[in-house]
Amino acid sequence: MRLQYSSNIRIIEMPCSGTIDHRVLLQAFEDGADGVFVAGCMEGDCHFQKGNYRAKKRVNAVKKLLDEIGLGGDRLEMYNLSAAMGPRFAEIANEMTERIRQLGPSPLRKDKAGTSRKEGDVA
Amino acid sequence: MIIAQQKPIKDIAAMIEDCKKVLLVGCAGCVTVCLSGGEKETEVLASSLRIMRRLQGNPLETVTITATRQCDPEYIEPLENLVKDVDAIISLACGVGVQYLAERFHDKWVVPAQNTMFVGGSRTHGVWEERCGLCGDCILHRTGGICPIIRCSKSILNGPCGGSQYGKCEISKDVDCAWQLIYDRMKALGKLDKLMEIQPPKDWSKSRDGGPRKAIREDVMIG
Amino acid sequence: MKTESKLQKLLDSGHFAVTAEIGPPKHASAHGIRHHAQMLKDYVDATNITDCQTAIVRLSSIASAVHILDCGLEPIVQMTCRDRNRIAIQSDLLGAYSLGVRNLLCLSGDHQKFGNEPSAKNVYDIDSIQLIYLMRRMRDEKLFFSGEPIKEHEPRFFIGAVANPFADPFEFRVARLEKKVEAGAEFIQTQCIFDMERFERFMEMVRERGIHERVHILAGVTPLKSWRAAKYLQTSVSGMIVPDDIVERLKKADDPKREGIEICIEQIKHIRTIPGVHGVHIMAIAWEEVVPEIVERSGLYPRPKVE
Repeated sequence: MRLQYSSNIRIIEMPCSGTIDHRVLLQAFEDGADGVFVAGCMEGDCHFQKGNYRAKKRVNAVKKLLDEIGLGGDRLEMYNLSAAMGPRFAEIANEMTERIRQLGPSPLRKDKAGTSRKEGDVA
Repeated sequence: MIIAQQKPIKDIAAMIEDCKKVLLVGCAGCVTVCLSGGEKETEVLASSLRIMRRLQGNPLETVTITATRQCDPEYIEPLENLVKDVDAIISLACGVGVQYLAERFHDKWVVPAQNTMFVGGSRTHGVWEERCGLCGDCILHRTGGICPIIRCSKSILNGPCGGSQYGKCEISKDVDCAWQLIYDRMKALGKLDKLMEIQPPKDWSKSRDGGPRKAIREDVMIG
Repeated sequence: MKTESKLQKLLDSGHFAVTAEIGPPKHASAHGIRHHAQMLKDYVDATNITDCQTAIVRLSSIASAVHILDCGLEPIVQMTCRDRNRIAIQSDLLGAYSLGVRNLLCLSGDHQKFGNEPSAKNVYDIDSIQLIYLMRRMRDEKLFFSGEPIKEHEPRFFIGAVANPFADPFEFRVARLEKKVEAGAEFIQTQCIFDMERFERFMEMVRERGIHERVHILAGVTPLKSWRAAKYLQTSVSGMIVPDDIVERLKKADDPKREGIEICIEQIKHIRTIPGVHGVHIMAIAWEEVVPEIVERSGLYPRPKVE
């Protein structure tokens, strides 16, 4: 459609919004994202039955967590739209960008300190 | 299984506020099944603490690992290398795991990420309920398979009390009256006459009241 | 078995008994208790003193009983299973008997969640039926709960229990009453009655099993002050049934307190006609002053004397 939307969106494709979980969302913020939104299919249209319902619940849980840890749940949002809805995607992208602009850059951008190491699965 | 629930993240953060590097140990036992302290929850907690501390200008380094169980010494041993250079260990296991870690790594600051709540099972996915009173003297054969010690808020053995109404306990509409359940079950089994027998007082010395308990099997002890 | 209880003497000689209830204060002075005792003593045969009802901390039942005895009125000590283990229960009851208490009401006790100390540890070492059984055994077989003999001066209480015809499962309520009688209960006080029809069905089942011949049943009544009080009991107290027409009647009344008293008197007059009921238990907590009028106008005054 060649619609215009903000150039600051980085799209990460997943087979279903239901494949996101708390870790993926938190990692995006830890890696410096100012805002994250999950675009899932319209409710009732999930190809995998309930993937987008699961995504919605997880997004809400992480929003709450983000409030508790001081980053703010407003930086994360869930939207529902079909792959055919080009204009709606542009609308969401602009809406989210505007919201994040109001909130300002993520305070995590200031420093990249705080490392982590995962020792692998089960001992 | 043992059901635990994570403490509020602020409380966990407060326990390690002076630490620069912590080891988070998850448990692949009960707390994985009740979705509160397994590998995923450990990663989420580590990530949350890192973000929180970065925002406070006091960055935290984390190392995460999930043990098969924390309630068996042999599964804790492999953690020794990781423990060496951390300031604290956050255990996501139940109270047992926390204590085993604290005992084995007794010169380290070991803190619990969870509140261990009860022994129970799944009702549906995402809902767990308390079922066993751990009384050490099971009487389920006398009550149609429903535990009056833990499911009755007053641990009555000759119930129900006068507060049972519409099948619910007086303390809350969300709590079933155990004795209504027992009555219905025993009636369906044709064993109502058993409920007319006066059950004598419980020997609580077999329960927590008698002091910390042990279970031993001589025949499996080697050397 | 015979005890020194005046209440037992009255009931056993066929009199229709009247008991009341006093709620102790939330402080350390017995002034109010004594005042109520003086007011009630000619109008009732004995009075209960509640044991931290609804799990709210109050002056103890046993201590209150001693004050009441001193005023010339016979007390019925209430002992719940919520706060004391079997050691404390036996100890307290030995003490109560030594101080002159002769009547004991055994009950489970409201869960501490309702009171002002919901964080307290839940005791419930034994339940009410075990308590009835063990106190009867203590009296008749001279044994402590542990089975150890009491060499002398065993406490000889007249033992009572409660019955709630308005709780569930209804069919089992009479069976449980029978269980209490088997265990040794000699008098029963019921939860306060507003649903008279249900109480009558309950009494029918009681008579069918012959329970009324083995135990003295006293029907509980409570005068209501307002439609709000009625509504509260209807909706917020587990195990209580208050029909809507009673709430309505109080709402429509010009003088609700007067109406409440009238309802209570009507109930008592009706209860006296139900076979198998041997007395009435008037629970007018925080409104003890109306008991004399209720007793008088129900035709129950003066109270019979007992040697």
